[in-house]
Amino acid sequence: MGNVDMENVVIAGAGPAGLTAAIYTARSGLNPLVLEGPVPGGQLIVSPEVENYPGFPEPISGMELMDRFRKQTEQFGARFKMEVIEKVKKVNDIFEVDTGTGRIETGTLIIATGAEARRLDIPSESKFYGKGVSGCATCDGAFFRDKEVLVVGGGNTAIQDAVFLTRFASKVTIVHRRDYFRAVPAEMEKAKSNPKIEWLIPWVVEEIIGANTVTGAVLKNRETGKTQQIACSGIFVAIGHDPQSEAFKELVETDKNGFILVEAGSTRTSTPGVFACGDVCDPVYKQAVVAAGHGCMAAMDLEQYIYIQRRT
Amino acid sequence: MLNTNLKHIETEQEVKEVLESNENVMICCGRMGPMCIPVFSVMEDLEQIYPHVTFRDQDFDIPAADIIRNLPECALFMGLPFTVYFKNAKVVAATSSIQNKDQVMEILDREFGK
Repeated sequence: MGNVDMENVVIAGAGPAGLTAAIYTARSGLNPLVLEGPVPGGQLIVSPEVENYPGFPEPISGMELMDRFRKQTEQFGARFKMEVIEKVKKVNDIFEVDTGTGRIETGTLIIATGAEARRLDIPSESKFYGKGVSGCATCDGAFFRDKEVLVVGGGNTAIQDAVFLTRFASKVTIVHRRDYFRAVPAEMEKAKSNPKIEWLIPWVVEEIIGANTVTGAVLKNRETGKTQQIACSGIFVAIGHDPQSEAFKELVETDKNGFILVEAGSTRTSTPGVFACGDVCDPVYKQAVVAAGHGCMAAMDLEQYIYIQRRT
Repeated sequence: MLNTNLKHIETEQEVKEVLESNENVMICCGRMGPMCIPVFSVMEDLEQIYPHVTFRDQDFDIPAADIIRNLPECALFMGLPFTVYFKNAKVVAATSSIQNKDQVMEILDREFGK
């Protein structure tokens, strides 16, 4: 191992939680290093339109919103590295952060790694990924001009993706496993009033069909057990997210679903000096504005921790 | 505009030059989005490990990207990024959409050796 950098504050993740924590800690002169992880900007960058983030009366794309977060963070001097954390070990009062390319040591750590999109977990999904199956409507929607596509899921992302895809596709069918939706009423109304959108509930995707690219899917009704084959050229998967906490499981306590546990009303984890914020510890709200607020809490909890450490 | 630490290819001439002057080349053609950034990041990591491979990225939306976009090997692709592996200027592998480090290394090892 070559030279090891010693940091004051390392922030894992560059979504709304991580960047807000970076703004606050940088503004307090703590010189944070942000390890951006596999997807800088977090889940929000796949959102075609964000219309409920306070301060933006006009809809803004998730990509642009996160670009603004980043510029604001940079203004206060936070530093960035495009690194993914593989493991963190506590040695005495120092945290050794192993990335794929080296090691960083830090006195404190804020975990804001968010959550990653779930996949359907059927063998044919990976076979057709990039050849009809996608997890990002904003990235790949334009490849499906005048084609019929499915959107799998019932949350805000799925419903927003379906509406977005009607810009390109001739027909969008929403396939959802339950007979109710988690998406908020405002998003549901947009989808319901869109003539290009059709609905299949409560159905699940059993198999994806095609030779070189997707040509259809086999669906199964969860109530009746009946199956049907449906023709389509694309399948967009938006069935929720799992917390990205694997690298920290030996460092902090998590619940059975992998969400990092924090003390009620704070961002303190089971390990002093380690704080968690945003979707990696939020099984309930999962909103950008909540994550941002949580990032602020983590920064303030961390500042207090450092203050007490220095006094003792 | 791609904001990565990789060398960018911006013109058709640069594509030709990089293919003519290097035996093993990996070009990732995409945007700064959630499917492409992880591949760019993997390439940055692997540049040190595979010194015998030339790694380049390219903005999907510039005219010079036609060379990659119009390759027969990419004709069925429907997911960003388009990643193409060349040996002696011939396509030996191509992938569509997000790939992880293991998937990229499997192709690099198979086509270009460790």
